[in-house]
Amino acid sequence: TLTSRLSKCHKHHTLQIELSLFILSSGGAELLFDGVKKHHVTLPSQSEPWDVKQLLVWIQRNLLKERPELFVQGDTVRPGILVLINDADWELMGELDYRLQDQDNVVFISTLHGG
Amino acid sequence: MCPQNIVGVSRQNTVAVHTSELQLHDKVTPLTPTKAKAALSNEDIMRYSRQLLLPELGVQGQLNLSKTSVLIVGCGGLGCPLAQYLAAAGIGRLGLLDYDEVELSNLHRQVLHGEENRGQAKALSAATAVKRLNSTVECIPYHLQLSPENALQLIQQYPAANVSSTYNVPTRYLVNDACVLSGKPLVSASALRMEGQLTVYNYRGGPCYRCLYPVPPPQETVTNCSDGGVLGVVPGIMGCFQALEVLKIASGRGSSCGQQLVMFDAQDARFRSIKLRPKQAGCAVCGENPSVTQLADYEAFCGAAATDKCRKLNLLSRDQRITVQDYKSIIDNAEPHLLLDVRPLVEVDICRLPFSLNIPLSSLEERKSEQIQLLQERVSQLKQQMAGDLYVICKLGNDSQKAVQVMEKMIGSEVDSITLKDICGGLMAWAGKIDPTFPQY
Repeated sequence: TLTSRLSKCHKHHTLQIELSLFILSSGGAELLFDGVKKHHVTLPSQSEPWDVKQLLVWIQRNLLKERPELFVQGDTVRPGILVLINDADWELMGELDYRLQDQDNVVFISTLHGG
Repeated sequence: MCPQNIVGVSRQNTVAVHTSELQLHDKVTPLTPTKAKAALSNEDIMRYSRQLLLPELGVQGQLNLSKTSVLIVGCGGLGCPLAQYLAAAGIGRLGLLDYDEVELSNLHRQVLHGEENRGQAKALSAATAVKRLNSTVECIPYHLQLSPENALQLIQQYPAANVSSTYNVPTRYLVNDACVLSGKPLVSASALRMEGQLTVYNYRGGPCYRCLYPVPPPQETVTNCSDGGVLGVVPGIMGCFQALEVLKIASGRGSSCGQQLVMFDAQDARFRSIKLRPKQAGCAVCGENPSVTQLADYEAFCGAAATDKCRKLNLLSRDQRITVQDYKSIIDNAEPHLLLDVRPLVEVDICRLPFSLNIPLSSLEERKSEQIQLLQERVSQLKQQMAGDLYVICKLGNDSQKAVQVMEKMIGSEVDSITLKDICGGLMAWAGKIDPTFPQY
């Protein structure tokens, strides 16, 4: 499949290839994804690099089962959801502007309020 | 109910050996400063010998523990193991705060309380259990709710470090701000369903809770233990984890969770440690130009009540709702009707009214075609009887109102020409007022 992806890239005369990502949701955020915590997704190739802002739009269109307002507000995640990229707070990575790399891990955690 | 914990760790005070009766405090009173212990007694050496052998603790670490005062706000699923291990390890003073009383549904996770403590103040029950474990630990039980009026006064008496495990949103912000304003770290944990989270906030220049969450979450996205459920051992693990971090801070080793979020997934038996953002210069309470300089109205800030009791929604007008007594007479008069139970299947398995039709609220919201078809069939059967309303029930009377609203929007379907009503207070009101043999959960 790598060959086929690369051939696609050649067609577009760019080095950009499809992006394979691991998306994990937990702390209750998975309920927005029909209760499924782990998603292995492939983002289609595009001429510009994928950033997190675009990923949020893609997730809304392709993964969210219900009530997108409980996941995003404006162009960012709603208050109470923490985004982690490769096991680091996304604030350390550039938040919405972070350019996604192939095989990146993106986690959406909802804060727990129990005990 | 799910309680929450703050632990304030003080290294300025010392152990006071109290053998007197435990006295339940209903307000914050000044604590008498205690004298520092110069050396360990022979009994101390024997009791703590297995941990004294650790170079990571040693005699000095043990003496530091014995000088430490800890405030635990919330004596529940996290607070119980936290208090237990701190007392066992020889912490000097434990403030144990909880506004609630022990209920049967607490016992699966709040392991300091026993059957005989039902109805007793949790703070007193926990203090009694802790005292039995280690009588040299001074215990101060507080039967009160932490508020903007008392939080600073209380937390200032437990100076140096704070640990917190929290449930409701306003109290989390209150505890955070009180800790920032009084300069204390906050070891915070929470647990729900099969997951736990832990962070030490406001510690050694690290971020505070507001740095991470400057804006409170919408209330509808917050689930508590009585709604979402929790496996008892999960808060147990997280409470033990908190105890570990308090002991590291109190003994002088320091915590490594200052800019870190530890996530525990009980299903996968997996811990993940996440590097968090640093302290935020723009933070409203710990930033460079803080706008929060005193404790304010946290319920207004969060748009939520500082309680872990379930809130009561009022989505429908009066004539769209009936009481359980009204519903009882509908059954007694054998009036034709349809009873729709909108709870999730896992709750229907616990108990149900035998004649109810079960379609979970989530299926209605998603318009699951199979379930909607089933509903339409039952409604048209009802219509053939020429009379009868559709009554909607759930556990407490919140989801049933949402379900009525969802079905009202199903224009053009069989459902839209029928009268929909919600049963106030749900099955728990039924159990409380009509049928005492019906289980409560």
